[in-house]
Amino acid sequence: MSELSVKHLLGIKYLTEDDIQLIFETADHFKEVLSRPIKKVPSLRDVTIANIFFENSTRTKLSFELAQKRLSADVVNFSAGQSSVKKGETLVDTVNNILAMKVDMVVMRHPNPGAGVFLSKHIDASIVNAGDGAHEHPTQALLDAFSIRERLGDLGGKKVLIVGDILHSRVALSNIFLLKKLGAKVTVCGPQTLIPKYITSLGVEVEHDLDRALVDADVANMLRIQNERLDQSYFPSTREYVMQYGLTDERLSRLDRVPLIMHPGPINRGVEITSSIADSEHAIILDQVSNGVAVRMAVMYLLAGKQ
Amino acid sequence: MSSNLLLDSKSIGVILHRLANQLLETHLDFKNTVLIGLQPRGVYLAERLAKLLSEDYAVSDLRLGYLDITFFRDDFRRSEKPLSASKTKIDFLVENQKVVFIDDVLYTGRSIQSALSAIQSFGRPSSVELMVLIDRRFSRHLPIQPNYRGRQVDAINEERVRVLWKEKDGEDAVYIENKNLK
Repeated sequence: MSELSVKHLLGIKYLTEDDIQLIFETADHFKEVLSRPIKKVPSLRDVTIANIFFENSTRTKLSFELAQKRLSADVVNFSAGQSSVKKGETLVDTVNNILAMKVDMVVMRHPNPGAGVFLSKHIDASIVNAGDGAHEHPTQALLDAFSIRERLGDLGGKKVLIVGDILHSRVALSNIFLLKKLGAKVTVCGPQTLIPKYITSLGVEVEHDLDRALVDADVANMLRIQNERLDQSYFPSTREYVMQYGLTDERLSRLDRVPLIMHPGPINRGVEITSSIADSEHAIILDQVSNGVAVRMAVMYLLAGKQ
Repeated sequence: MSSNLLLDSKSIGVILHRLANQLLETHLDFKNTVLIGLQPRGVYLAERLAKLLSEDYAVSDLRLGYLDITFFRDDFRRSEKPLSASKTKIDFLVENQKVVFIDDVLYTGRSIQSALSAIQSFGRPSSVELMVLIDRRFSRHLPIQPNYRGRQVDAINEERVRVLWKEKDGEDAVYIENKNLK
């Protein structure tokens, strides 16, 4: 198989297992490309990509842009803060205006869930969802699973623990969809207020005691406490959260086997995870960042090939 | 479909020895020379030659790499499906080295053009040569010719040249196939 079954990457839930494996295999090759003295290939030299970000992003945008440049695509950037969106323009109008300038692919982040799906019904270009509200963040989930696969091999049967704010997290949702598709066992852990009730319908276990959840975990993915999304009090205080759900040296020292530690960034050091663990040999946080470029290259290369 | 045997295992063996000798004549001790097998089908010829040179002709420290050109192809988004990539493995810098590309069949020359672009990611070679087992002359789209060739054939466009290797396909042989003829 050398082709994706989809024209857009709107969410992990639309991908087949074969699609995911193809993205991983292609990303392996791009990872090798990124280790060359000259880290650029001409594949997308006649492709123009618009990065449209209606929500703030630093690393995702940087990672996408770097991936596009490594593939020799032409890139235009658009941030809602500086645009006509503030003057009342609709999403379709904004994007159609950009497409009128002959753009082949749109990478979009938007605060509303389903914005990518909506757009894909109205325009011709391929769409890559770079995060839509609390819905999905497919490339993050792909790079997370790719990073686990790199260290632990096949994900089938591996026990992956996702800790923190599951309620507001698109990273958690995309990760759950992807890990389940690849046969991993997923447990979510966090305060009751931050674990949505529907989550068990996705086939995941819920555990509110972090120490118990860590015992046989192969991977612990520590999500960020997203203060900007917490419009009310979900836990009494940050100190209380750290005591219950922060990954501390003391907690890890009680384990026979330390799991692979992941974090999608940006890290609140001393909250989800202590500095010493974030910088330890067990953490693959910076591998996740490097792998992000290779995985995004693979996604855009394969989508461009579909056109 | 008709299928004619062009080279059998014995003739391929003789050709491999001749090609090895031609390489030796030009590159002597291979101190500044690297062999690059082009993925996917050129690597078998490259491995055979490397084995021959080190075992029968006592060339030591021969450097052999594999180059995949998928991301450098000029027909991406023009063909039906994107092609799957193969592994690139070049553990040395090619800066100031004499590079010998090795492939099974030279046809339009487009793969070699892509390989010439791709190799630049690993440095600036002092020279690049091309060795192929089968040279399909009269089929070129580009001004590219081999420095070393096993056999030249005048196959027409409807015909396909199929190179088989024992380690991959169970036998050493070269066939010319024509799907329009019985």
